[in-house]
Amino acid sequence: MDYVPHSDEDREAMLRAIGVASTEDLFQDIPANVRHPHLNLPPGMSEPEVIRHLQALGQQNSNVLEMPSFLGAGCYNHFIPSIVNALILRGEFLTSYTPYQPELSQGTLQAMYEFQSMVCLLTGMDVANASMYDEATATAEAVLTACSITKRSKVVVPDTFHPTTLEVLETYAEGRELTLVRVPTFTIDDDGAFHDCWDAVGAAIDDDTACVAVQVPNFFGWVHECQDIAETVHAHRAMLVVSADPVALGILTPPGEYGADIVTGEGHSLALPPGLGGPRLGLYATRKKYLRQMPGRVSGMTEDIEGKRGFVLTLQAREQHIRREKATSNICTNEALAALAFTINVSWLGPEGMRKKAELCLAKSHYAAAQLDALPGFAVSAPGPYIKEFVVHCPSQVHHVNEHLLEHGVLGGYDLGNVRAELDRHMLVCVTELNTRQDIDRLVATLRDFEA
Amino acid sequence: MIQEAEPLIFERSSPGRHGYSLPDSDVPPLEEDAAIPAHWQRSSLPLPEASELDVVRHFTRLSQRNYSIEHGFYPLGSCTMKYNPKVNDAAAGLPGFSFVHPHQPESTIQGALALIHGLSRLIMEITGYANCSLQPAAGAHGELCGVLMMRAHHVKQGNPRRKMIIPDSAHGTNPATAAMCGYTAIEVPSSERGTVDMDALATLLDEDVAGLMLTVPNTLGLFEQDIVEICRMAHEVGALVYCDGANMNALLGTVQPAALGLDVLHLNLHKTFTTPHGGGGPGAGAICVNETLEPYLPVPLVKEQDGAYAWDYDRPDSIGRIHSFYGNFLNQVRAYTYIRTLGAEGIKRAGEYAVLNGNYLKERLRDAYALRYDRTCMHEVVFAGLKEKAEGVRTLDVAKRMIDYGFHPSTVYFPLIVPEALMIEPTETENKDTLDTFIDALLAIAEEAQTSPELLKEAPVSAPVRRLDETTAARRPNLRWQPPE
Ligand SMILES: Cc1ncc(COP(=O)(O)O)c(C=O)c1O
Repeated sequence: MDYVPHSDEDREAMLRAIGVASTEDLFQDIPANVRHPHLNLPPGMSEPEVIRHLQALGQQNSNVLEMPSFLGAGCYNHFIPSIVNALILRGEFLTSYTPYQPELSQGTLQAMYEFQSMVCLLTGMDVANASMYDEATATAEAVLTACSITKRSKVVVPDTFHPTTLEVLETYAEGRELTLVRVPTFTIDDDGAFHDCWDAVGAAIDDDTACVAVQVPNFFGWVHECQDIAETVHAHRAMLVVSADPVALGILTPPGEYGADIVTGEGHSLALPPGLGGPRLGLYATRKKYLRQMPGRVSGMTEDIEGKRGFVLTLQAREQHIRREKATSNICTNEALAALAFTINVSWLGPEGMRKKAELCLAKSHYAAAQLDALPGFAVSAPGPYIKEFVVHCPSQVHHVNEHLLEHGVLGGYDLGNVRAELDRHMLVCVTELNTRQDIDRLVATLRDFEA
Repeated sequence: MIQEAEPLIFERSSPGRHGYSLPDSDVPPLEEDAAIPAHWQRSSLPLPEASELDVVRHFTRLSQRNYSIEHGFYPLGSCTMKYNPKVNDAAAGLPGFSFVHPHQPESTIQGALALIHGLSRLIMEITGYANCSLQPAAGAHGELCGVLMMRAHHVKQGNPRRKMIIPDSAHGTNPATAAMCGYTAIEVPSSERGTVDMDALATLLDEDVAGLMLTVPNTLGLFEQDIVEICRMAHEVGALVYCDGANMNALLGTVQPAALGLDVLHLNLHKTFTTPHGGGGPGAGAICVNETLEPYLPVPLVKEQDGAYAWDYDRPDSIGRIHSFYGNFLNQVRAYTYIRTLGAEGIKRAGEYAVLNGNYLKERLRDAYALRYDRTCMHEVVFAGLKEKAEGVRTLDVAKRMIDYGFHPSTVYFPLIVPEALMIEPTETENKDTLDTFIDALLAIAEEAQTSPELLKEAPVSAPVRRLDETTAARRPNLRWQPPE
């Protein structure tokens, strides 16, 4: 099966118009000795065959709809209403290109403008772009931008930042001068409990510091107080980069209000299902004064020659297709459709829904934490307020605990031993509005039977 | 498309209205000390307040102010706007793919890992490379990944080198990527044939050149006939050759880029392998490498052992991670579905007919539009505007007039080296009737340019908006809605 519509007559007529005998004549520039290799690919399939094959592959995966899941650690299962898929799968949105021709792209451009507005409102910033690939690349670009703006190279990050983001940052920083200073900001006592020593961040900031990057809530789930850090950062003429969870921003003070210079975030949880971690949705917002250093596309409101409101891609002089090697980034294709999904969902939620979603996470995660903490051998440890994720110290290695849970049809939390060997008995548990009390009770009951 | 303007969703908002539907809490209320301290809580959040129907209507109307492949012909050069099969979306929407968490134990995601492994193998066969990663989220992300691997190779040899040679016809992401990776972009001019000027290249190549970034076929729609020699010359000074594979559609089934000597290649799965563009993304990129660069691929890869699949992090020379997880997986599902649908025969036909359509347009339009390079093209053709220039009429006007004929404009002013560039890529999924209607429109527009140029200069008149004031948009940026004071 293929999607080539040509009949034999069409093909012959076209070859005649071109003035060649066969399509082979069109490939003469390609060295003959490598032309037409034998391709060892499986034969094509009809639609019923291919969909059956894909269904069979899909059925080899457990999914979070059929199994209670307490996994988070950067990818979250939040509720996405039915309208999102119904609208984003409309061919007009799904199969249009980047809106370089604004007259035919007003739908995409206006949705981008609305998306930018929502990101600004959630983060408390002045301007936002129309998306980046994911939080990790958005944060990496934010940090590199801060280094360019300040013309400094020292980057301070607390060790509560998501380790994957830091790995991506390190990859992106290759070829640039950048010193990543990872500040220890917590200790673990003999009982496995976490203790905060957040002041260490402030102490690491000096006049060589380009920026401090913090995450709210942090990788382990709790929220740091950032006001003091912001003051220290600015006293040293450095910049504050905050990576914030937009779901938590339904309740939390927007980072713009405590002095953030760039706010990044992962928006997939308000847009798309987990999808094995992709597509995702990188958020990027900043202060007006840094607008011209911002990477990525932006939509701006303007008028047409008749004075009618319209939208265009603007400030393109920052971008690679105009500025080439002097561009603020090489990003071209972004995550537009995910940004549209976010815009639809946030419109549906409104301020009340955003707050309710965050409050549900808050209530349910605290309920789960209390139940888990009461289990013999398990201890919850959260040195600060948390919204949907917290750490549980387990009576044995997390991977044993998770095997037990999996045998009983539950996807346990994230094994922190994966990021730090000494945390192999610490589980990062995530509870969202989609985890029912029944799910939580089942988790707790299953763990009660667990024998270390 | 609908003409009537649609207010912002914020302007449709009315206090107290809501559309959301979320369950009431089924757990006890929070203890006092568990709550978020009041001073850490936001005081306001002026998001739109709208009913579900308000939201559905708003976005439906916005959609109707967009053109798309499903409306009609989208001859956007360099973008490969071919039909995006619906079965791919159906596959990506299966809960076994869309509701899978990336941190799930490997034993619970064997189907997903098998798909990643399988798609990698299909892509390796189509391109001829030793290995590939699907982690890049788009083409430019693949470029970044590829150039970082080239750099890692040179660092391993003891010197990262400083220069990256890039043709003047290259896409902007190429020099931007080189700069992000710490390289100085050096431009090599194109010859009268539209391909790399070999003499100029010879003088630029030295031991400080880390590599070349070439697009094959290039952005003029032409095959680099000297590509094998170029790769040989580069390798002679220890440089590597990067291939921007955005135009891979032309080569499907006809040549494996690895066989030409190109060391590393990125693919845009959202072009060649039909994952939808979504108004600008999400895309998906694959990055393919030969043996020299294989050790540097980003982590993780997927490996197969005794019929079981697992993430592979044990790659000591890897450049590291470039994405939070493993790229845009749901688009990988789409691309996999597409390749399995086509099979070897379908893949070959896609490339063959893309090139047939490209040349057909070129021949039929050459009397009215100026062919900059008069030779067989591949999947796309670039004209230097109208053949018979008309007073005050620019390529932009021609493009805008296409809208009034019911078509999306072609790419304009790219590549930069062709004055008044008009770049047309039909793709293999367009039938002859569509191409003929488009050709008639373009011939009529060329005629109008002589007889009634105002029709072009005032175009479009049939779109949801007329031409927009881009200067003011950039000078006084209005980039967001502001809540009333
Ligand atoms: C030749 C070429 N190279 C690179 C790119 C960049 O790809 P992407 O937009 O997926 O980042 C494009 C797409 O516009 C292109 O046409």
